Amino acid sequence: MKRFLPPILTIFALVALNVLLPRVMNPYYFQVLMLIGINVVLAVSLNLVNGFTGQFSIGHAGFMAVGAYASAMFTLKIGAPFAASLTGVPLPVAQGIALLMALVAGGLLAAGAGWLVGLPSLRLRGDYLAIVTLGFGEIIRVVILNVNAIGGARGLPGIPPYATFFWVFGVVAIVIGLARNLAHSTHGRALFAIRDDEIAAEALGVDTTKYKVLAFVLGAFFAGVAGGLFAHFLSYLNPSSFTFIKSIEVIAMVVLGGMGSISGSVMAAIVLTLLPEVLRSVKDFRMVIYALMLIVLMITRPQGLMGTRELDLGALFGRKKAKVVS
Amino acid sequence: MTEFLQQLVNGVTWGSVYALIALGYTMVYGILRLINFAHGDVYMLGAFMGLYASRWFHAGEDPSPIKALLVLLTSMILCALIGMVIERLAYKPVRKSPRLSALITAIGVSLLLENGGVLIFGASPRFFPQIVAQKNIELGMGVVLSNQQLIVLVVSFGLMLALRWLVLFTKVGKAMQAVSHNHMAASLMGISVDRIITFTFMIGSALAAAAGVLVALQSPKIEPYMGILPGLKAFVAAVLGGIGNIPGAVVGGLVMGIAEVLVTGYISPSYRDAIAFVMLIVILLVKPAGLFGKAVTEKV
Repeated sequence: MKRFLPPILTIFALVALNVLLPRVMNPYYFQVLMLIGINVVLAVSLNLVNGFTGQFSIGHAGFMAVGAYASAMFTLKIGAPFAASLTGVPLPVAQGIALLMALVAGGLLAAGAGWLVGLPSLRLRGDYLAIVTLGFGEIIRVVILNVNAIGGARGLPGIPPYATFFWVFGVVAIVIGLARNLAHSTHGRALFAIRDDEIAAEALGVDTTKYKVLAFVLGAFFAGVAGGLFAHFLSYLNPSSFTFIKSIEVIAMVVLGGMGSISGSVMAAIVLTLLPEVLRSVKDFRMVIYALMLIVLMITRPQGLMGTRELDLGALFGRKKAKVVS
Repeated sequence: MTEFLQQLVNGVTWGSVYALIALGYTMVYGILRLINFAHGDVYMLGAFMGLYASRWFHAGEDPSPIKALLVLLTSMILCALIGMVIERLAYKPVRKSPRLSALITAIGVSLLLENGGVLIFGASPRFFPQIVAQKNIELGMGVVLSNQQLIVLVVSFGLMLALRWLVLFTKVGKAMQAVSHNHMAASLMGISVDRIITFTFMIGSALAAAAGVLVALQSPKIEPYMGILPGLKAFVAAVLGGIGNIPGAVVGGLVMGIAEVLVTGYISPSYRDAIAFVMLIVILLVKPAGLFGKAVTEKV
């Protein structure tokens, strides 16, 4: 029974905050909070690929775009009418079900794209994989720009704003929990082995291609889910949200937090989402300061804030210390 | 047929610009194994330096070939210095760090140059003065070459030949080759590796600056973000030719330019930006080392 306690408590907390926060919080702060949540999902999912497995993907925005557009179209064509047809259930529940279906659809399509890109290109090493993912991200963006059915360059408006606090932070909890469990599982160990020494891992019987594709597909899935949340939170999509720069932002989060550190990614996602907002008062200088901080950080602390360590909440509350995984 | 030949001429002109930028990528990659993401932004700076230089020399009001040459040289020298500063301040400290940190640093430098550019030059496009009066040259069969295109071709191929001579026949060029093979062995042979790396950055930046000025001659609207896409495409061109390989970068750039112009002319202008990446993925799947690259066998 004890092991079900944390998830149940999380759900209660999410429901309570879901009701409370939009009422007491300044709408601007609330929006920033939601964007932090979405960025945490992106950063942790990219960390599965870049940090855990040591494969270098710089096209995360592409997978996010696939998920965003797929889930938005799903809701517009199927989800919203379906939610309206559920007359017996309360509105938030009906919308929640519609959103969940859309997120899964978006995530699956993004995962499919990840598989399609990953399978052939994971034979390539290091920089070449990076370049292929970069190319893929750009191709996705150009294709979206040219398909009129999904708005093209005009963007896709009128997506129902189903992504409430509960859903965004519910996904955050799921992705963090999943990454944590993965890190402690056999599969996670295999990923770490590939990161540390691919040849040694292969010699020890790890099916490197299978695990690399697995990490890639999983990362793409959650990037797609994050895209779906993004679509259903802002109610408007535009191809210019998914440029190379967006991929860079997510990579900056992973690297800043420390490759392979989940808590590091979470913290870095919070810091890097807040930073441009805090710097808003210095307007023109804010991107310059952001860039300078990135450079200075890489020079002074190239392993990121956390390195490969984790922030151990259990230890803080006096529980027995979890085994250190690196 | 005429149309096709005309497209080909335009494609080669564009391609030679890509080739100039790609050379910087390929040289830096050959020596440091670093994808220098800021290289496209140095190309942007080249165009802006050209803009300021043509003001100093009043090249816009009273164009003359000497002044145009001065503008080009000033921009190249200034960007070479900028390249040196970038390498010394940002890349040298991370040279021993994991490759990913170096890459993030490069991205940081790129963001810095773009947004610093917005701060200094303004976000709205500026117009490059016409330092060469336009004239069209008839090539026969109805194919037309503007004198600006001719300048682009002559200057870029001249620079490429000069680079080839520098790398193959001078002492510093041989040192560059040695460093790209093995830093440690090169330094044991008495080569100052640091100095060669800085020199490589300077040469690459000067070539990118030349590309910036040459592009500004033809399409005079310049703005701080103009370097991103050509930078990425030139990088793709470098990979296409086999990254680290200098003739490969030239061929890659030309192929890229021709492919883009053909896609624009015969398929749809809106897919122009995608063809580069499609070609990239195809080449990486078929021949991952690029057209001229040698496949490296990995030793265990």
